[in-house]
Amino acid sequence: MSNVYRIKKGLDIPLMGEAEKVIHTIEPARYYGAKPIDFHWMRTKLMSKEGDRVKAGTPLFYNKLQPDVQFPSPVSGKVMAVNRGERRKILEVVVEADDRIEYEDFGKGEPADMSREEIVDKLLKSGLWSFIRQRPYSISANPKDEPKSIFISGFDTSPLAPDHDLMVKGEQENFQKGIDVLSKLTRGPVHLNLNAVFPPSGVFTQVKGVQRNYFKGPHPAGNVGIHISRIDPINQGDIIWYVYPQDVITIGRLFEQGIYDASKVVALTGSEVLKPRYYRVLRGRSIEGLVKDNVTGGDLRYISGNVLTGKKISSEGYLGFFDDQITVIPEGNYHEFLGWAMPGFNKFSTSRSFFSWLQPNRKYRIDTNLKGGERAYVMSGEYEKVFPMDIYPVQLIKAIMIGDIELMEKLGIYEVDEEDFALCEFVCTSKTPVQSIVRKGLNMMIEEMT
Amino acid sequence: MRPLRRFLDHIKPHFEKGGKLEKLHSTFEAFETFLFVPDQVTTQGSHIRDAMDMKRTMSIVVVSLIPALLFGMWNVGHQHYLATGQEGTTLQLFWEGFKLVLPIIIVTYATGLAIEFAFAQIRGHEVNEGFLVTGMLIPLVLPVDVPLWMVAVATAFAVIIGKEVFGGTGMNILNPALLARAFLFFAYPAYMSGNQVWTHGLIEGKGIVDGFSGATPLSMAAEGNVDKMPEATEMFMGYIPGSIGETSTLAVLIGALILLYTGVGSWRIMLSTFVGGLVMGLILNVFAVNPFMAIPAWEHMVMGGFAFGAVFMATDPVSASRTKKGKYIYGFLIGLLAILIRVVNPAYPEGVMLAILLMNVFAPLIDHYVTESNIKRRLKRANVQAA
Repeated sequence: MSNVYRIKKGLDIPLMGEAEKVIHTIEPARYYGAKPIDFHWMRTKLMSKEGDRVKAGTPLFYNKLQPDVQFPSPVSGKVMAVNRGERRKILEVVVEADDRIEYEDFGKGEPADMSREEIVDKLLKSGLWSFIRQRPYSISANPKDEPKSIFISGFDTSPLAPDHDLMVKGEQENFQKGIDVLSKLTRGPVHLNLNAVFPPSGVFTQVKGVQRNYFKGPHPAGNVGIHISRIDPINQGDIIWYVYPQDVITIGRLFEQGIYDASKVVALTGSEVLKPRYYRVLRGRSIEGLVKDNVTGGDLRYISGNVLTGKKISSEGYLGFFDDQITVIPEGNYHEFLGWAMPGFNKFSTSRSFFSWLQPNRKYRIDTNLKGGERAYVMSGEYEKVFPMDIYPVQLIKAIMIGDIELMEKLGIYEVDEEDFALCEFVCTSKTPVQSIVRKGLNMMIEEMT
Repeated sequence: MRPLRRFLDHIKPHFEKGGKLEKLHSTFEAFETFLFVPDQVTTQGSHIRDAMDMKRTMSIVVVSLIPALLFGMWNVGHQHYLATGQEGTTLQLFWEGFKLVLPIIIVTYATGLAIEFAFAQIRGHEVNEGFLVTGMLIPLVLPVDVPLWMVAVATAFAVIIGKEVFGGTGMNILNPALLARAFLFFAYPAYMSGNQVWTHGLIEGKGIVDGFSGATPLSMAAEGNVDKMPEATEMFMGYIPGSIGETSTLAVLIGALILLYTGVGSWRIMLSTFVGGLVMGLILNVFAVNPFMAIPAWEHMVMGGFAFGAVFMATDPVSASRTKKGKYIYGFLIGLLAILIRVVNPAYPEGVMLAILLMNVFAPLIDHYVTESNIKRRLKRANVQAA
């Protein structure tokens, strides 16, 4: 029997708006976006200009810091716009899709018969290498490295998390092929981590060539960072790669069919969605068609991803590169009279200082209000309750704040990523921007190392 | 509340940069955010946040102090009536105490908040809520007859030297409320120790009943008059002379329940402080050479300010240890030292205050070693794997 790991610390935030477990199809969107800001440690160099014609799989841009890693267009069509932000930073490349998608032909391949170099080459050329990321730092994997192991998390525990078992349904062959590809990239094991509560999909339980591990417990039990810390912790100099299950399938399809087929299943969730459900879509699509006439009124926040780690987008924005979830929640831009002093029957808190503890099983409609001002650290022991790693989270954050590289290293910065700290940020009484501090620390480490 | 909101929005521009009242920006902001939770939304990281904030945290602590405060007010009246041989209804006793305690509270808050607002303005920060608790704690640990100007001086000392010079709430090393008390204790010992100060009217000495000493159980014990000490139940309920809010262990325990249930107070610190106190009590019992050392260990828990210190002072998260293991060590040593100082050094019958201040100083050191052990564990793991 495989290993079962029990995670004790953590928090499941009870939100309203879970997706109904049925996959719907929907008309393709007109516009698709590829966003360099979905990647860390990125200096974007465009490979296609406005007006260029591209096919599905044609690279749109590459990373100047890792020139081998290119990023493919999900559809065929015309490059409509390159949207830039401050200091001309490229935010997104928008492609207007053709009615019928044409694909770049990368040629089929049988991973069993291919050398590691040939596989790497194929992934790089097709741009699908960008699905593979590494810890530490959560940046694109370097093709020249060999990781000590590869991690795939087959379940998600974040708020309103999409159900991976549902999303991979019927993809047995592609998933197997993807695993075959990945296992060629490392001499170590490929870990497939599954939940220990429900029986996982046969796609996961029957796939060959993986080490299956099972996890039990509240969020962040599904985070790859937690899995790594339990199974194969990162020490200085170690490298581990990780890939999401739907991306493994996409890689599998490349070898089965020779093309970049960008289709995936996403969950439309959140308290403000009228009919939360799953859709089969192409990566990078504008969410407009999904949310139009399917959300409540008022000021809303559209998030590509989950409420803890996702990115804010507009109601016409594009699905993030790695995201398989869209969440819509109310904005919190209102003043509440004496809000901090009210009994708070409908306010969710991990502390029992609001009377919402009287209804333990209710679900909440939580808005984006910061619910207080930013302060210096006063409370202690808050982060530790939701942070299931053998790391002192506050001490690490403080080391980053003062920019002490050596101390950051000693306190375990290689093992973490901002998503592992997302719950700390959620519970923080002092409203400290924890995730951006962690990212700042990781960027400092990358600078130091290169 | 629309009209109020409209009024605030109307006057707000005056307090912003370039406005006529720019110098009162922090003060305005403090009142505004007090009245209305700001409309600020999350811009980075997690899109949703826990409803808990510093205002809520601090107000929970203030709420948990209310039982001790109300009982303290009643007890001030009770002690005064005992001393003067009068009798009165519960309400009369309470009213007597209320009249005496309220001015101390007002002076504390006025002094402390004025300083906080001024510092917030100078630094360009928001006003921190920390003083809401400090301002309530200071009156509760003072004797009732302390002159009001002393309250003001002590508060100013605690807030400026104890907190603001380190950078404000969250940065201080010592517990500000205890620092205020320690300041008075060493600067004006005549008003902070002895038998006369704990009961209103005793210093003046008018109309005092013959034989009323006003001595606290602790000073009786220190003088060797253990047999004259009140019954333990009486000390538990708090019908004894002492600082305004510290006498009733029961009221303190009600506060402790609120702190623990809401998760605002650390059970680790509270528990380990009591355990530390009991252990030292037992050690002293074993080596007892005088009646004070022979007092049953558990009785120390209801005497003096031990319970109050353990529940409200030792648990101040800023000046306490911040790591889990550190909290056990920190609390245990406070309990140990408090009883040791109390019994062995008769010059400082109230050892709790000194024990907590001392451990405040050592808390960062304790945390340092706890964190070091985590670092060593990580290094060891790396070495094992490399080997």
